[in-house]
Amino acid sequence: MKDLQKLVTMLKTLEDQMTVCMHCGLCQSVCPLFAQTLNEADVARGKICLLGGLSSEMLKDVQGVKERLDNCLMCGSCAANCPSGVSALEIFLKARVILTAYQGLSRTRRMILRGALAHPRLFDRILEIGARSQSFFVSPASELLGTSCSRIMSPFIGKRHFMPLADVPFHRQQGSLDTPAGESGLKAAFYYGCLTDKIYPDIGNAVLKVLRYHGVGVWMPHEQACCGIPALSSGDLPSFKELVRANLKAFGDRDFDALVTPCATCTSTIREFWPMFAGEFSEDEAAAIKILAAKTTDISAFLVDSGLVSDKSVEPAVNSATITYHDPCHLKKSLKISAQPRRLLQNIPSCRFVEMNEADSCCGSGGSFNLLHYETSAAIGMRKRENIVASGAATVATSCPACMMQMTDMLSRRGDTVAVRHVIEAYAAALS
Amino acid sequence: MISKTLIKEFETLLGAENVKTQEADRMAYAYDAAVLPPVLPALVLKPVNSEVLGKTIRLCNDNSIPITVRGAGTNLSGGAIPLSDGVVLLTAGMNRILEINEADLYAVVEPGVITAKFAAAVQAKGLFYPPDPGSQAVSTLAGNVAENAGGLRGLKYGVTKDYVMGMDFFDVNGDLIKNGSRTVKCVTGFNLAGLMTASEGCFGIFNQIILKLIPPPAAQKAMMAVYNTQEGSSQTVSDIISSKIVPCTLEILDNFTIRAVEDFAHAGLPTDAASLLLIEVDGHPAQVAEEAEKVEAICRKNGCTRFQAAQSAEERNRVWEARRAALSALARLRPTTVLEDATVPRSKIPHMVKAINDIAKKYSLTIGTFGHAGDGNLHPTILTDKRDKAEWVRVEKAIDDIFDVALSLGGTLSGEHGIGIAKSRYLANEIGASSIAYCRKLKKAIDPNNILNPGKVIGV
Repeated sequence: MKDLQKLVTMLKTLEDQMTVCMHCGLCQSVCPLFAQTLNEADVARGKICLLGGLSSEMLKDVQGVKERLDNCLMCGSCAANCPSGVSALEIFLKARVILTAYQGLSRTRRMILRGALAHPRLFDRILEIGARSQSFFVSPASELLGTSCSRIMSPFIGKRHFMPLADVPFHRQQGSLDTPAGESGLKAAFYYGCLTDKIYPDIGNAVLKVLRYHGVGVWMPHEQACCGIPALSSGDLPSFKELVRANLKAFGDRDFDALVTPCATCTSTIREFWPMFAGEFSEDEAAAIKILAAKTTDISAFLVDSGLVSDKSVEPAVNSATITYHDPCHLKKSLKISAQPRRLLQNIPSCRFVEMNEADSCCGSGGSFNLLHYETSAAIGMRKRENIVASGAATVATSCPACMMQMTDMLSRRGDTVAVRHVIEAYAAALS
Repeated sequence: MISKTLIKEFETLLGAENVKTQEADRMAYAYDAAVLPPVLPALVLKPVNSEVLGKTIRLCNDNSIPITVRGAGTNLSGGAIPLSDGVVLLTAGMNRILEINEADLYAVVEPGVITAKFAAAVQAKGLFYPPDPGSQAVSTLAGNVAENAGGLRGLKYGVTKDYVMGMDFFDVNGDLIKNGSRTVKCVTGFNLAGLMTASEGCFGIFNQIILKLIPPPAAQKAMMAVYNTQEGSSQTVSDIISSKIVPCTLEILDNFTIRAVEDFAHAGLPTDAASLLLIEVDGHPAQVAEEAEKVEAICRKNGCTRFQAAQSAEERNRVWEARRAALSALARLRPTTVLEDATVPRSKIPHMVKAINDIAKKYSLTIGTFGHAGDGNLHPTILTDKRDKAEWVRVEKAIDDIFDVALSLGGTLSGEHGIGIAKSRYLANEIGASSIAYCRKLKKAIDPNNILNPGKVIGV
């Protein structure tokens, strides 16, 4: 598609949502990216006006608009604070799909998304080979944080202190699971997500331990695929649809009370973005998407909301180690989940919970944003790191593996001795 | 069209990273918060220090390039919308607080400092900067001065102009003009700082501003009073003022706004109430207690059906939540929100409220009204869809009528949003042709090439 008129017609479909923006500019006060760059094109109002400019044919530079649109953490801070309720993330995702259909996918993205990610088994194989060979290229950076850095000059890795791929991914450790509901009478489908599977299998094991402890049955098909967010945020609708379909097939028509995930981004993708694009699927698929989305929730929210974890906190033992919490944007800003993960931490007798300043400010990860704009991502991340260190906590917990990677990188680069854990890992460790 | 050679000159002067030439970057500075069509500027410049700022202005003047200065772009009257052959001059590169002087109660700031950040820095030193425009979380201080921004505390503490002690600004030749001082009193030379305040970028470009600070009030008390009749709340406002009580804030919400807020925020507001007053008194604790008591008596005397005084900081916060939610709640109802700020002498508030209701009926429009009852500055908020051409015509007529009524009541076109482009055609109705001619002569003398935000306020 290289027909500008057709592009304009496509963009007009977003008009109803874009007119809601009254250009008040208040998104400037909450956008983590704008705080770094002070560029209006980086904030939601600017992006919406750029799209408006294309759709009204005031400007013709499609590639220029696309680049600026892509320069976004997709954290949703703007939407969460918008006085007129603009669905900024929906506008941006749909616009990315439209502009990508017009411009085409870049070769690299085509290779990664359509060549690998959209084929879950092949993707798994590639990363398993990667896991075996990574020790040739990297060396350990921090023992406490378990990070590595590049042994050789690598433009891809740069200065990052990253988490190496797990020796054995979670799905190989566990295979498929199907256990009946225990004393809770509940059964949960467990969607672990790519980062838990390939980098943090301990999070997956912690979830299983906690569900078992609370008498919750588990349905965990190992054929599950990526939630699709890397494809969708690249505007690659075909790959996104393939991944959604793979997951619909994997979870099928089994009966379960909730679909739980330990990943904020996967949770908000399935719960919000899948239904947002349901119109792109067949009627039956759209119905299945809506049912699945409504059942999807974060693991902490599931445990607290279903009454399995007490709504009251326990008094920590004397000399307990301190633990603080970082709100992943996709949980707090998108799904308004912020009390439940804290409740889990406050139910660990050996931990004293402390709040950090700006606990809900973005860590700067933003998925592929980190890959494409590392310096900006790191500048935002360093502010998060300062707040973590200033809290004096021995451990920072969160509910998203992507945030964990980002905070780990920042802390490791500064040589800090603060451990990074998933809430569910911290909670599971305290269970007998 | 700005030539390639000239762009090179700007790049040499400002640094290439501070000169935006690409269409997509320029488009992000084509609009402000007014409901007006965007205009793509020819160039966007971000000077990062005084020296560069002065030279940039001179270079523009030498080449007759119009300059529209932009802070956060929150202007509600189109004052920050550029010209297609002009540049947008960003103040974001000059955003330092240079001094907060606790001994002499003033601060010196660069133009691009964010209002709320400044207020917080001042508060951290135990002092108070009262002007609190609705956009304070993002608005800039120079923008506030250029528009003479108001806010919720205008009744007792005044508006931005009451805090401007002095400033340096650049004229069109890039020469620095100094005016005012760090002293409480200063009558040295003409009051150019007064001229620059509310000048909407037409007379010069700010370099540094000296702002007055005051000690904060020791205590405050927030109250809410609910009325079944519009008359009851209006009479309460007049009675409070005539009892020589000056609340720091005295806000009104009409029935439509109350219902919208309740639907949106579920704050437990009575949706059948005709109007709601939100009142805060502040000062010495004893004075606050005494005034709060008097205010309560006045509210009850005028038949309020419910009265609530906040007993804690949390309750105070809840009282103000209703006011803070007003614009959001209204804005969500229709795609386009036209926020007006016609202002009348406060004794005329009841007339104005009634007139706005009549205008809404006359043109079959939805108008929610809330605002600063204590200073006569109401915000009739027209909820519409600018894509509906027939309705938009009625909106424009309604705006005409609102201005006519405000002027007939001895009021003014704009309490705090400025004239910009949106209201310049009404200006003669208020100040007359000779006043406009005088302003144009002034403008011509100061800015012979007409490069400083041309077309704003006085047309041409």
